[in-house]
Order: sequence, then structure tokens, then C-alpha cells
Amino acid sequence: MSDTETESGTRPPAARQAAQDAPKPKGIGPLGWLRWAWRQLTTMRTALILLFLVALGSVPGSVFPQRGQAPEDVAAYLKEHKTLGPWLDKFSMFDVFAAPWFAAIYILLFVSLAGCVIPRAAKHYRSMRARPPAAPRNLKRLPQSASFETDAAAEDVLEDARRALRRKRFRVDAGGGAVAAEKGYLGETGNLVFHLALLALLFALGLGNLFGYRGNILLTEDDTFANSLSLYDQFEPGRVFDSDDLPPFTVRLEDFQAEYEKDGKSRGQATDFTAKVHYRDDPQGAEKAYDLKVNHPLMVGGAKVYLLNHGYSPVFTVKDADGNVAFQDAVPFLPMETRNYTSEGVIKAPDAQPEQLAFYAILWPTAVTTEDGEQIVSAFPAPLRPVVTISSFKGDIGLDDGTPQSVYKLEGIGETLQPIKDGQKLLEPGDTFELPNGAGSIKFEGVREWASLSVNRDPGRIPALVASILAVAGVVASFMVRRRRVWVRAAGGKGGRTVVEVGGLTLGAATSEFDDIVAALRGPERDGPGAGPDEGGPDAESADDGQGAEPGAGRETGPADEAKE
Amino acid sequence: MGDADLANLSDKLMLTTVVLYIIAMVAYAADLGFGRRRAKLAADAEVEAKVLVGAAGAESVDAGTAEASGDGAEPERTQIEPAKLAILLNVLGWGAHLGVLVSRGLAANRWPWANMYEFLTAISFAAVTAFLVVMLRYRARYLGAFVMVAAVVALGVANIWLYDEVGPVSPALNSYWIAIHVSAAIVATGAFTVAGAATILYLVKSRAEGRGTLREHGILARMPSSDGLDRLANGVTMFAFPIWTAAIIMGAIWADQAWGRYWGWDPKEIWSFITWVIYAAYLHARATAGWKGRKAAVLALIAFAALMFNFFGVNYMFSGLHSYA
Repeated sequence: MSDTETESGTRPPAARQAAQDAPKPKGIGPLGWLRWAWRQLTTMRTALILLFLVALGSVPGSVFPQRGQAPEDVAAYLKEHKTLGPWLDKFSMFDVFAAPWFAAIYILLFVSLAGCVIPRAAKHYRSMRARPPAAPRNLKRLPQSASFETDAAAEDVLEDARRALRRKRFRVDAGGGAVAAEKGYLGETGNLVFHLALLALLFALGLGNLFGYRGNILLTEDDTFANSLSLYDQFEPGRVFDSDDLPPFTVRLEDFQAEYEKDGKSRGQATDFTAKVHYRDDPQGAEKAYDLKVNHPLMVGGAKVYLLNHGYSPVFTVKDADGNVAFQDAVPFLPMETRNYTSEGVIKAPDAQPEQLAFYAILWPTAVTTEDGEQIVSAFPAPLRPVVTISSFKGDIGLDDGTPQSVYKLEGIGETLQPIKDGQKLLEPGDTFELPNGAGSIKFEGVREWASLSVNRDPGRIPALVASILAVAGVVASFMVRRRRVWVRAAGGKGGRTVVEVGGLTLGAATSEFDDIVAALRGPERDGPGAGPDEGGPDAESADDGQGAEPGAGRETGPADEAKE
Repeated sequence: MGDADLANLSDKLMLTTVVLYIIAMVAYAADLGFGRRRAKLAADAEVEAKVLVGAAGAESVDAGTAEASGDGAEPERTQIEPAKLAILLNVLGWGAHLGVLVSRGLAANRWPWANMYEFLTAISFAAVTAFLVVMLRYRARYLGAFVMVAAVVALGVANIWLYDEVGPVSPALNSYWIAIHVSAAIVATGAFTVAGAATILYLVKSRAEGRGTLREHGILARMPSSDGLDRLANGVTMFAFPIWTAAIIMGAIWADQAWGRYWGWDPKEIWSFITWVIYAAYLHARATAGWKGRKAAVLALIAFAALMFNFFGVNYMFSGLHSYA
């Protein structure tokens, strides 16, 4: 690159110059302005800027918590940053990839891409059907050229050349004492396929966003989930999703099994999770068994069911002051830490009489006391020695007026719910805690496990996969295949011998293919004096000194070898 | 051999690799700097090796200096050209490096790229492999010193800060996709590293050419023209880009199986995407008037920075599904 910095920095690119030198928009009306804007948009320079903006615009998506991925983190962030938070929110910093400004960038980019690629595809189609360009007057001036003399007649030489080039799968056109051949359309085809596949990928993503859905459920062992909207803990429908689209399958969690490393430095690290499930395609269908694992989703009724997470559901029986059973069930606890699965949860017994009872509990799957004997901690994630501690409350839980409440939290502590004095107790499975003053009792029956499942359907999944594969195939083809042209001219020379000239032109760096063709044309016996292939061009020079790096795949021009128009 | 022995062997081979690379680095540098002035090499190699070993890792100082003085003195006796010595040590180091990965994989009974230590070891292996290929095919020996510096720094970082004992993987990583997706990412990263080294040299060289400050016998004069460097960087990038694309897509397929969505804008996904977009911009810029040359090269370096950030920054700064730190 001989340009100095200032030159290359200030000189406007050719494409841009072309756009500016186009008829001034002034005085040609709105249509002229539109045409001008379209030309600006479809220049490579604009495309480059838009590409860069897409990259830059993605950055905040990794810096700030995103609503689509972690809504609770967004809420926490907003709580913590009272002034900055709302401003960031105004600029969609918590929904970057659904933000209007982000959509504006990528839509402009894809319009620009389409505006360049589609006309190019049409041009490429025409050039594939057109005849190879006729031979230039002086073949010696081409980057690759060779000449030799032979006793064969000119017509025979040309016919040989035609056949040889055909065998090498060139498109060949003969006439006017010369043969013109061209090959390597796959490169441009691949380039176009790559770009069109990216457009298709965008549409596939949109398809999934419109028609798909995803939901999460938490399922304790022995419980059954029926695929219906009201039974999801969390549900995100696509924009035009219809709840009738939900396939009527049911899934029952038989058994959840986790395996952990038992000793060594990584003791306690999970090595395998299996959710043994039984499912039916519809309520009348036959029950089938499946081992749901992290990398093995279950496909049922057009939806996919994934194993997302797991935890413990201790089982409790609560009796009220009258001795009646007010509550008896497994209660899903959420892990407070994932190393040894210390978990917390609440038990609500709104049916307890005369006052409602509620409990906050912590579960230690493998309880041990700390060295100082002061505290209990969990030493292992599996339930080897489960222990819960209970804190009891009585009063009004707050469920009666119908306000929705989290099942993992107690509300109104100290207001409507009062802690019961001396209502703390440590329980092992089978233990019962009699609340003071005959307020009732709670029994820790044992521990079951829960698995959280994600159910989703994404109709864009397969189109996206196909588009991606096409994109990779396209980019590989465009990098590997170069368009090349070969011309052969034969004419009678002095002394009755025929002079054969061969010229080659390759987009990007030249290959040895040309030499093979020349050698094939000359044949072994036709060794005319002083007629070796003489290669010209800059590549030949640099290849000799041992430092001319010549990447085989390196077509000198990139994926788009002409400035965009 | 038991698993513990294999793990031990892996660690020993790691030390060997680092030592061999350091000496190879010095030899490449000597080749670049002094050419055929062999006599000067031995003394310099010894001094420099000591300094660099010290910087690379405290635990390898003893062995490093011992080997350095042994090998460094050799050229003086046998009059071996530094270039040959460098290539020989480089290839030996590469073999030891391969041994590190194989023995670790055997010890853990899985593919040896499941934590940051193993990733970085594998990526530097891919970079050295890419360099060896480029050197043999395009005679790009001049890159040796730079690639060796990168490899030694990477292995140093891996050993000092990221070391992790052989252990099992979490269930999410227990999939054949780890062999495909992660391998593709590692190969692409290795190749991008070599392209990045060539790009930096291109920028330095083209600056010197532009200013006319090229000395006749300087280090820069031993390198190909800025055009050649640019072509090499581009060629290697064109090799790596489709692999990176494929790595992202295979990651998406795996994510679809493991997490129930093929693209969820996880920080790792975001930065892979950013890296991909900027490399795509580079490839286009290189073919666009007004952008080719230095501007395109700067884009390539930004893309490489994004790639590095994706590896280090994302794992340590953001929490996401790809947190293996």
C-alpha cells in the first residue's frame, strides 16, 4: 500500500464519489431524492458503517441486564440506580435486541444488503448464461500467458483446446480463430447465497418470534403437567400466538436423579441429571417413558421439552389448633446457593383455624454443624442428611382478597402475619414440631425433588438451520472458488508452423491451473524451442523471493469484489 | 497409567512446552534480528531466555534457565542456523503441546477443553499449528517470534491464573457438541491470532514504507512487503472466518438442545456475534475503495480485540450461561 495515511484518509472512496457525482438531487423532485437516498444506502461504505453500528449497538446488551433474559436483574438494577436507570430504560438499554433503534440499524443494513445483492444476483444469472467474453487482442498482456509453435493445423489445435477446456469443466465458446473459456461461477454464486441466506435467517428469526411460544414449569416428583396456559409458571407467547395452538400433551415427573462427584477436589460437582418422565401425546394417548436429560430434550406434539433446573420439595403436614390437617403437600424450595443446595421456601396454610398459619423454612440437604458448633451448613448437594429449620407465623397470610402472591415468599410479616414466640425448630424427616400454646403442629415428612422444565415451539428453528448451513456453504464457496478465464488463439505462422497463444485471467491471485492447461495443450511431444509459459504480473515476482506470502484461499478481493453500486 | 499419572504427565509436558517455545521464540527473534550472524546468538539467547522465563512463570524458572543455557549454547558449537534451531524447537514444543492436551483428555476421560485453562491451552495450540502451516506453505517464518510470544504469554496466563486440576464437566457440557463447537471455535481463534500478528506487522511495515524509514538491514526489511503481509493476514482470516461462522452456528444448535433456544443473546453469544460482524466488515472493507489498507487492518485488530474480550472479558465480567470460569 503506497498511500500515505493522509491520502487514504481523505480521498473519498470510488463508490461514494459515484454517489456524489450523480445528478444533484436539487431540482429533480422527490423521486430524485429517493433515488439519491437509495444509492447512498446501498453503497458499501454505508453497509460498512451499518455493520459497525450493529456491532456497537450489541455491546450494551452484554453490559446491562436484559429483560428477555433476566427480568429480575433489570428490576434490581432499576432499584439500585434511581437516576441513571430510568434514562437507560428510555433508550431501551434493557431490551437492546428489541429496541427500535437496534431494529432501525439492522433493517437498514438488510435493506442495503438486499439492494446490493438482488441486482447482483440478476447480473450474475445473466453472465452465467452469456457466452464467455471474446479473446482480447493481445493475449501476452494478460497476467498469465504462454505461446508455442506446433505442426498441427490451427483448427485442430483449437478443437483440442475446446475439448481440453470442456474436460476441465470450463464454459467454452469458439469462433474467430480463438477459443474463449470461463469457469468458477460458483464463487459469486456462493457469495450471493451467503448474503441471501442471511436475509433468510432474519426472516426465520422473525417467524419464531411471531408464531412460537415458550413457557417454564416447575414439577415435583409424582406431579403431572398438562400443557395448558394456566399451568405455566411463566409463559412468553409469540406476537400472533393462539392458545389453541398448544398441543394437549401431559408430562409426569416420576423420578429426578442427580449424580455428584463423591470425592476429590471437585466433590459435590454435578456430573449427570436425569428426569425420568412419563408422557402422553394427548390425554387419551398411551403413556410413554423418557429419560429427560440436559442435552436430550423430549419432542412431543410439535413442542420440545427441556430439563432446565432442579431443586428440593420438602413434604410437610400442617395441623391447626383444632387438630385438623390444614395443609399436606410437597413445597418447592428455591436454592439459595447452587454448590450444596441450601434451599429456602415457605409453607402457607390458609385453611388453618382459628388463625392462618405460615412457615418460613431452610433446607440443608446434607446438614453438618460448622467447626465452632454454632451454625448448620450443607456439605453436599444430595439429600444425604436433610434437615429443615422452621420459623412459624400466624395471622392473615393475605390470600383471601385474591391479590396474587409469590409462592416462595411470605408477605405482611410484622403487619398481618406475626411471628410465633419460640416458633423456631430444627426438624429431621419424620419429626413433628408442636407449636407453642397449642397453636397447631408441623411435621417434616421427607424430601422430594423438583425439576423445572421449559416447553417451547419455534417454527423458525428449521428454516434458521437451513439458512445457516447455506450461509456457511456459501461463504466457503465464495472464498474457495475464483472465476477464471482462458483464451487460446491459433494462427498459421512462418514456416508453415502454427503459433498458439494462451492467455489466462483469474480474479485474485493466479493458480497453477493455467500451467496445467498449457501443458495439456502442448502435449508431451510438441516441445517447441523457447516457448515456455512466461508468467507476468506482480505475483510471479513476489513468489520467488521466498517472502511473497500467497495464501491459497486468498482471493485478492474480498467477498464482494466490486464496490457496491 | 492411571488418571493421576496422566494428569501429572500433562503438567510436566506443559512445562516442557513453555520452555521449548521460549527458546524457539529467542531463536526466531535472533533469526529475524541478526540473520546469519550466528556467533552473537548463543550469548543473547541465554540472557534473553532467562529474562523471559522469569516473566512467564515463576515455577518454570529453574527448568527454563537450565534448558536455555544447554540449548542456547549449542548453536555456537555446531554452527546451526538460528532459523533451523527455532523451527526444530518449535516443532518439538508443538509435539509436547499436543501431548499436554492428549494426556489431559485421557486423564479426564473427555475432550480437553472444558475450562478456561484448557481452552487457553488449546487455543494457543491452534495458533501454533496455524503458524506452522502458514510457515511451511507461505514461508512466513518471520511471524515465528511474534506467534511464540503470544503462545508463551497465553500459556503463562493459563498456568499462573487459570490453572485447574483435572475434573469432570457439568452435565450441560457433556455432549458430543463440545468436540465440534468448541474445537471449531478453538481452531478459528488460533488462526485469527496468526492473522492478527500478520496484521500488526502489516501496519508497522506499511507505516515504515510510507515514511520511507525502512532500513536496509533492519528487522522490517527481512519481512515481506506490506502488500504480502496484508495478503497473508487476509488469507488466514478468510480461512478462519467460515470456521468461526460454523462455530457460532454449531453453538446455536447445541444451545437449542441444551437450553431450549438457539439464540438468546447470552453475553458469549453477543460477543461472538460482534466478533463475527466486525470480521465481516473487515472482509468487505478490504474490497472497498477508500477502506482497504490501513483502515481495514484497524478493523481486523478491533475484531481480534472483540474475540479476545469474548474469551477473557465475558467469562470474568458478565454472568451468563457460558460461565466456566
